[in-house]
Amino acid sequence: MRTIAIECLRYHPEHDDAPHWQRYEVPFSDDLSVLQGLQYIKDELDGSLTFRWSCRMAICGSCGMMLNGVPSLGCEHFLRDYYPGPLRVEPLNHFPIVRDLAIDQSDFLAKLESAKPWLMVKREPGGAPQRQTPRQLDQYYQYSQCINCLLCYAACPQYGLNQSFTGPAVLALLHRYNADSRDCGKAERMQLVNAEDGVWGCTLVGYCSEVCPKGVDPARAVNQNKIESTKDYFLRFLAPRSGQ
Amino acid sequence: MRTYRRYVSGTWWWRNPYYRWYMLREASCVAITVYALILLVGLARLRQGEVAYEDWLERLSRPWAIAFHAVAFVLVAYHAWTWFKIMPKTLPRLPVPDRAIVVAGVAAIGVCSTLLWWLARI
Repeated sequence: MRTIAIECLRYHPEHDDAPHWQRYEVPFSDDLSVLQGLQYIKDELDGSLTFRWSCRMAICGSCGMMLNGVPSLGCEHFLRDYYPGPLRVEPLNHFPIVRDLAIDQSDFLAKLESAKPWLMVKREPGGAPQRQTPRQLDQYYQYSQCINCLLCYAACPQYGLNQSFTGPAVLALLHRYNADSRDCGKAERMQLVNAEDGVWGCTLVGYCSEVCPKGVDPARAVNQNKIESTKDYFLRFLAPRSGQ
Repeated sequence: MRTYRRYVSGTWWWRNPYYRWYMLREASCVAITVYALILLVGLARLRQGEVAYEDWLERLSRPWAIAFHAVAFVLVAYHAWTWFKIMPKTLPRLPVPDRAIVVAGVAAIGVCSTLLWWLARI
């Protein structure tokens, strides 16, 4: 069995003023994921190593981390691909570190809530079902695949430089509901899209879409909403809405 | 809750090749701006008369001017390529693959550039 060196960025809020690197030698087989490597460290070498995980199959989005500087899901990458190493594992960029690889997601969760990520429908309870054609489904389906893993935020330099920027995943999820033919909450969400820290904070670096493990393509959602925002701005002169 | 925040350093773009190519895309605008300014000066010199215009042309034939234009051409070509590469992301959903949009865009700029070059020669 081969061995690979894994260097983890460690931070304990009660003991450390700043994070530091710690090196572990981990034996691995070809089918061992990076997440399993971290679990080996926790079980066999150092029980104090802290990281989040749940499903182990790129569904839950819990194990986002930087692997050699690239935002990745620990469960989705194999240790064999980083051999002979060392493999550097860090918490996701651009987020405050709570402890070791665990980051504080509060900012993202508050932004997600502000996007009103739910269907706003006029339909009365018990009414007829709202059917959709395959083409209508296709308008939003890929954006509904987001698992909130935050890799796109760690990849986005605009979010790193300006934490007020709404960011890729929230704007992609916002678009998921705006593009849904059953939804009628677009006018409310457009305020977030049009804001200075909305879609116009994006300079289309495009790395968010590169690192997305679910093919959501948040860069496309953000930039389609630049068109929507422009239309929203000019169309209000032709068809003023109430309160404007 | 006590947390540790790592701030983004001024050299963040150097760490990852993807960011380096992005910064080159953005920086190429500087060369395009300088090229446009040189062209603008040419128009002003043309307005001043034949002697002034010939002087401008003579300056353009000097080695530093040719070197700048060679570099600017490469940067403009790269910028144009990236512009079409990200174009599908900025368009509403179309019933054609992204690749077809990119190829059509690059082909269109190729045809237009060739046409302009041919017109300038006759």
